[in-house]
Amino acid sequence: MAGFEPQIIAFCCNWCTYAAADLAGTSRVQYPANVRIVRVMCSGMVNPIYVLKAFEGGADGVLIAGCHLTDCHYIDGPVKCDAAVDKLRKMLHVLGLEDERLRREMISTSEGVVFARVIKEMVEQLKKLGPSPLKVKMEALA
Amino acid sequence: MNLEDIIQKTKTYYCLECGKCTSICPVARYDSGFSPRMIIEHALLGFEDDLVQNKKLFSCLTCYTCQPECPSDVDFPIFVREARSIAQDNGQYGICAHSGQLQSLARLMTSPAIEQNRLEWLSKEYRVSEDSDVLLWVGCAPYFEPIFEDLEFSALDIIRASLKIMNLLGIEPKLLPNERCCGHDALWTGDVETFKRLAEHNATQIKEAKVKKIVFSCPEGYRTFKLDYPNHVDLGCEVQHLSEFLAEKMGQNGLKFKEIKKKVTYQDPCRLGRHLGVYDAPRKVLESIPGIELIEMKHSGRESICCGTSAFTNCDSYSNLLRAERLSEAAATGADVLITACPKCQTHFRCAMTDKGEEHRPTPKIEITDLANLVADAIGEE
Repeated sequence: MAGFEPQIIAFCCNWCTYAAADLAGTSRVQYPANVRIVRVMCSGMVNPIYVLKAFEGGADGVLIAGCHLTDCHYIDGPVKCDAAVDKLRKMLHVLGLEDERLRREMISTSEGVVFARVIKEMVEQLKKLGPSPLKVKMEALA
Repeated sequence: MNLEDIIQKTKTYYCLECGKCTSICPVARYDSGFSPRMIIEHALLGFEDDLVQNKKLFSCLTCYTCQPECPSDVDFPIFVREARSIAQDNGQYGICAHSGQLQSLARLMTSPAIEQNRLEWLSKEYRVSEDSDVLLWVGCAPYFEPIFEDLEFSALDIIRASLKIMNLLGIEPKLLPNERCCGHDALWTGDVETFKRLAEHNATQIKEAKVKKIVFSCPEGYRTFKLDYPNHVDLGCEVQHLSEFLAEKMGQNGLKFKEIKKKVTYQDPCRLGRHLGVYDAPRKVLESIPGIELIEMKHSGRESICCGTSAFTNCDSYSNLLRAERLSEAAATGADVLITACPKCQTHFRCAMTDKGEEHRPTPKIEITDLANLVADAIGEE
């Protein structure tokens, strides 16, 4: 699909991935501008409804990124996040959504380069997949 | 539709302010802040703002306990439904249980482009046929699976049981690979736009499928198809609940049950009972299984107490008290198993049994299963 620019909503944990995104910026690491970052206090607080609402609003892909398993500021956030993502994947699979549209990553504060790489990869993948079939408000976005 | 139209439609202006609705309302018994009479009165005095800003508007179970008691025949549940759509237009929503995932999924299913993977559970032991004139409605069961996995409840088991029963009756039903949510919850929480879009998607698919009859294992889908779809879309086929379907087939096809020695009690789902008047069919099915002893609860049939939450909205501690009351009644019968005919009743009761705040009112634990599962066990090979 020519000229299709995917929209990504990224839920980034305040302590790791949000800081990593900051680091990517201050270190002038280039990555596509298709991502809108939503800062959350912990990846463990990302409720499935956040992701469903993102897709409802017309997101083509969603990234949930936070601390590594042992780094969590709140001890077991990533475990909770994995459980939520697991449920979400099952739901989105029944809905007929490609697995690649929801990505779960663990990116620590020092990994600005990793954050940029993940976004680049996601944009490439989503460009191949095309717009999300769940765009309920397609007319509104056009 | 504005408030004036709703008052005309539901004959609210006949209200005598007698308060019978509030005195019989299961919610008002626990939640002193909820009063059907007060809601009607606010509407009649023209306080539209008070009415739609009132979060309690979404506490009504729309269970139809009040309407038959009303001397003026005011249709309170329909009044609430229409008032909720005004409330939604004004940006007021109920407090959605499960953080609104179920409502969101319904909205997502309105998207025309989706191709769902909703029949992956279907294994080879079940026979389905493309050219059958009977359709088995699967509904939200595949979505319930991940959401309610913590409750050890599988809505798909009810569908599997229904399919097994139909197969053993010599019927190979058709299943739709891309059916949408029936829109029940959207309609009853006031999201009429979503409901209409879902209804249109479903009606198109059903017409293409060219079936004569749709069988439901869920009373909410059944009610929506039977009473609400005809106002918006034309289906051109008959709809039936599994219990009615079975009651009709009893004694035909040499249907044989093996003996199950169990005492059971039956919970009338509000949609099946008071909404559609189906009380006898499930009881007839239960009584025809040898060894099953049906003991009625203190409140049964038309008086039966609701499972406490409708359309996954405003599920609060009052709802749990209501469930505790109903489960206590079930336990008091001495029955081994509580039978329901609605997957949502089962979800809510199972959820109440895992409730941690039980010091307020003890919630008895009782085995709970769907009518379809019980019949499938009884009808199985000797």
